[in-house]
Amino acid sequence: MYSLNNVSLNINEGQIFGLLGPNGAGKTTLISMLCGLVKPTDGHFTIDGLDYQHHASKIKKIIGVVPQEYALYPTLTARENLHYFGSMYGLKGSVLKDKVIEALDLLGLLKFADKQVQTFSGGMKRRVNLIAGILHQPKVLFLDEPTVGVDVHSKAAIIDYLKVLNQNGTTIIYTSHHLAEAEDFCSQIAILDQGQIYAQATPSALIEATKDARNLEDVFISLTGKALRDDI
Amino acid sequence: MIYKIWMSVVKEFLLLKRDLGGLIILFVMPLVLVITVTLIQDSTFKAVTDSKIQILIVDNDKGSVAKTVFENLEKSNLFTVVTQIDNKPVTEEIAKENVYKGKFQLAIVIPENLSSDLQAKVDQNVEKIVSNLGLTDSTATTEPQRIIKEKEVKLYFDPAVQMSFKNAVMSSIDKMISQIETKSIYSTFQKQLGEETIDFEQKSFISFKEIIPRINNKEVRPNSTQHNVPAWTLFAIFFIVIPLSINIVKEKSQGTFVRLRTNPVSNLVVIIGKTITYSIICMIQFYMMVAVAVFLFPSIGLPSLNIEGHLLMTSVVALFSGFAAIGFGILLGTVASTQEQSAPFGATSVIILAAVGGVWVPVFAMPKIMQFIAKSSPMNWGLEAFYDVLLRSVSFLEIIPEISLLFLFFIITTSIALFYDKKKRAV
Repeated sequence: MYSLNNVSLNINEGQIFGLLGPNGAGKTTLISMLCGLVKPTDGHFTIDGLDYQHHASKIKKIIGVVPQEYALYPTLTARENLHYFGSMYGLKGSVLKDKVIEALDLLGLLKFADKQVQTFSGGMKRRVNLIAGILHQPKVLFLDEPTVGVDVHSKAAIIDYLKVLNQNGTTIIYTSHHLAEAEDFCSQIAILDQGQIYAQATPSALIEATKDARNLEDVFISLTGKALRDDI
Repeated sequence: MIYKIWMSVVKEFLLLKRDLGGLIILFVMPLVLVITVTLIQDSTFKAVTDSKIQILIVDNDKGSVAKTVFENLEKSNLFTVVTQIDNKPVTEEIAKENVYKGKFQLAIVIPENLSSDLQAKVDQNVEKIVSNLGLTDSTATTEPQRIIKEKEVKLYFDPAVQMSFKNAVMSSIDKMISQIETKSIYSTFQKQLGEETIDFEQKSFISFKEIIPRINNKEVRPNSTQHNVPAWTLFAIFFIVIPLSINIVKEKSQGTFVRLRTNPVSNLVVIIGKTITYSIICMIQFYMMVAVAVFLFPSIGLPSLNIEGHLLMTSVVALFSGFAAIGFGILLGTVASTQEQSAPFGATSVIILAAVGGVWVPVFAMPKIMQFIAKSSPMNWGLEAFYDVLLRSVSFLEIIPEISLLFLFFIITTSIALFYDKKKRAV
């Protein structure tokens, strides 16, 4: 039993690519493979023409990762966290400081820059989590449910920021359960279930191709069914 | 790479600065430990040397032997002899009851007729020797010899008394009895030979004297501080295993480890950052312990640590011991999945390493198999290196084998951790 089976994807530069699917569909496994966290048992993939086997270090320099969990040090301030993670990408000195200030400002966190992350709300942590993955202006950004569990305002701020990043040339690959958000945000969508890609197209093309579908949610239900997907 | 290591060190210090519990474990607990243990060990030492222990004597002999035992015990400065409880003479039953209840640590029961029977036995033996030598009066009639049963001085110990104390007391009583016997033999010979006017010198011909090591023409007498501070400093240094392993497990559970795995930074950089940070902490711990032992101990009645001329070498030993502890902490943190696994295992394993390494019981006093195991304990290498420097005043060259083993332990444990991590890493 494999988490993913016979998956074939081609994501173009500059796209916002949404990976949608029910719980246990294999979204996180796929994104973990693309980030170099899980090794595929078979098959291969390249990012910007590079594969992990030979160019892991080069790939890690051009990708940004925003994990689903708050991957931050709770007792460090937002600024300290960002300085540390930014420095791991080789950023230093005034360049690092300015980038941190700029990102915090854009996401409305500058006045909380010197507060410990453990005192932040879920939405604020999500925003810091996002900044930690994009400080080095990655070519490709992987986001695993970046807006899960956050308030409407934080969600809007995150999505707006991601759109700006994309306009500046970052290719975005993201997973989400928010179908309306994905419909609005993504330029290309793949619907994944039971480790396989069921459909891949632009949101409007997917809606058009599905009988009686008014939105992406109808497409999703039509492709994956209504059965609950709880699994342990 | 240097910059990334530097930033890792800064991050580790910030994390520690904000962790009050961790700071207490790292800096306060070792100080409390070394002060407490040295105070206890020093007072135990004083209890046996300075203050007197009350012992019960049941005198069923009433003769010269009992009198000599009394006198010697009083003279020894170790004991105060008690022969009455509540103005009643102590019997064997009373003595036994009091000792077994822990009211007294020791009771000595001198058997009936010990003096007279000892004298009679010695007389018989001396007579036999003298007659064999043909020195007896040929006209004297030989009477059949009376059978004298061997005598037994009974010792009752409080069951809670430690073996080492028991052995020390038994050995000193044994010595005392032997001296009395020897004295009786000499006296009897004098009588038998009719040479009572000649005074045999009964003082021991062979004696022993402890030669204290001298450094710069000054005697260096080891005390409880010289023994305890290195041992417990080492113990404290190894306790770094707990906060370090928790730190690594936390990185995994809070997701920062996953983020670092996707960053262009090798795990080696992260490990070096942690090693530098915790090495600095080890050294701060060490200097704090030394400062307390040198400056605070005298004001609380403990001997001061004599570190004169040894600070540099002991610092080297502390640093390499720290490396060994850090290597172990890194390995434990890498392998453990939860803090519930790493913390108890870390604490227990450090205690085992300390016990095996000779922190509590000297290695030479251990059974053969344990001595062999002790030699493979990093805590033992560190302890031996500390003792070599502080008590044996060896040169740097002589501690190289021990510090090399400590460093090798660090390299091996860290390599296993890196290998294990790499195996778990996907790409």
